[in-house]
Amino acid sequence: MSGTTATQPTPADLPLFPFPEPVAHPLDPPAYRDLLSGEAPITRVALPTGGWAWLVTRLAEVREVLRHPAFSADIAKPGFPLLRPLPRPRDRDRAGLFIRMDPPEHGRYRRMLTPEFMIKSIRRLEPLIQQTVDRFLDDMVAAGPPADLVDAYALPVPSLVICHLLGVPYEDHCFFQSRSRVLLNSSVSVEEAQGAADELRDYLSRLVTAKQRDGGDDLLARLVAGRLRGGALTHDEAVGMAVLLLVAGHETTANMIGLSTLVLLRHPDQYAALRDDPGRAPALVEELLRYLTIVRTGLPRLALADVEIGGTRIRAGEGVIALLSVANRDEGAFADADRFDVDRGAHQHVAFGFGVHQCIGQPLARAELRIALVALAERLPALRLAIPDDEVPLRRDSFIYGLQRLPVTW
Amino acid sequence: MRVRADRDRCCGSGNCVMTAPELFDQDDAEGLVLVREPEAPPALHDRARQAAELCPAAAIQLDAD
Repeated sequence: MSGTTATQPTPADLPLFPFPEPVAHPLDPPAYRDLLSGEAPITRVALPTGGWAWLVTRLAEVREVLRHPAFSADIAKPGFPLLRPLPRPRDRDRAGLFIRMDPPEHGRYRRMLTPEFMIKSIRRLEPLIQQTVDRFLDDMVAAGPPADLVDAYALPVPSLVICHLLGVPYEDHCFFQSRSRVLLNSSVSVEEAQGAADELRDYLSRLVTAKQRDGGDDLLARLVAGRLRGGALTHDEAVGMAVLLLVAGHETTANMIGLSTLVLLRHPDQYAALRDDPGRAPALVEELLRYLTIVRTGLPRLALADVEIGGTRIRAGEGVIALLSVANRDEGAFADADRFDVDRGAHQHVAFGFGVHQCIGQPLARAELRIALVALAERLPALRLAIPDDEVPLRRDSFIYGLQRLPVTW
Repeated sequence: MRVRADRDRCCGSGNCVMTAPELFDQDDAEGLVLVREPEAPPALHDRARQAAELCPAAAIQLDAD
């Protein structure tokens, strides 16, 4: 059905994306089933920046779009589907941000990092993750009950681990956590987001300079010694890569630990089962990733050539949004998809995206989630909410879904 | 079943190593895919197929005997 252009509605008639988050069931993706037209795997939505984009919602088509070489991730290209306006372009803002680059340029940067995040490397980090988890649990138990699990556990664990891996001083966590929040906040102005990005860049620029001078045994020091010194990487590029890793490395996992704990408190049988058999943790983590899919606004791409996806002709220059959270609730791929089911075998989920941009830190994220949740279940078997379930405050204004707070007692 | 992997396509996500560590590894220098067992025994066919399906870069090829 490629001849859809004649009957396409104008953007004013299209549902506005992103859809409002559901109030009644905040862990479910927005009420897409009501908003999307029928059963079409691909439909059109209006964008807050004007214009429209194709919205892809089924798992098969989401995987197809994200793995297809005709779709670009470069937000600076004309026609790219944007959820907020781009700040005025400056070269240094783009340097090293390989999440926004296409092959082959993308691969040049990503491959400087793949040995750092491979399964074996992350396995070597596991004792540090365990120590970190134990340390923050000790502190939380000593100070409580009650406690805010987000503040005392979910956020500090991945923050400290990524600091250790990158070689960023953890004592600066208040600074980079607050700037990351602003950067990922969907309701701040372009200027505010830009200001937060500038501050993070300036901070990491000083750190890269220090690594050049002092060396060290951490990812940034290795990047500086191995690539920057040899001329394979510029200073600004190293800074851009560091910004990307620091922001992605703590915000995402922190939100997953908080939300995952809430899910487990709603499924006490699963919480008890995890304590009795920590071997269930890998399957539990995959189902949590599928069920929660914290990148709620999907992954935007721009078609560089005409492509047919799900029976629809997408033309060069048109925007596409691959809606990960809805694809992970695709009934065709996951039976009874809205049900949380640890034993379903959720491995084909796209919570980390798909294609060459798929999250490079996924082995780290999985290890952190597994270790943090097992330790929680073993240490605090009587963990429960300290406020009514429907009063747990969600972060509705972030590109990364999560909890503002999770008041618990034990 | 023959197992091949294209290191030029590989993006180092590690899904194959997680899914079928008997068949796949990553090299220390680049963190890219290595095939440990180019002839997958029947007991590993399902996981070989799963690794190929999960590979975000479509870097794994399987050929039935």
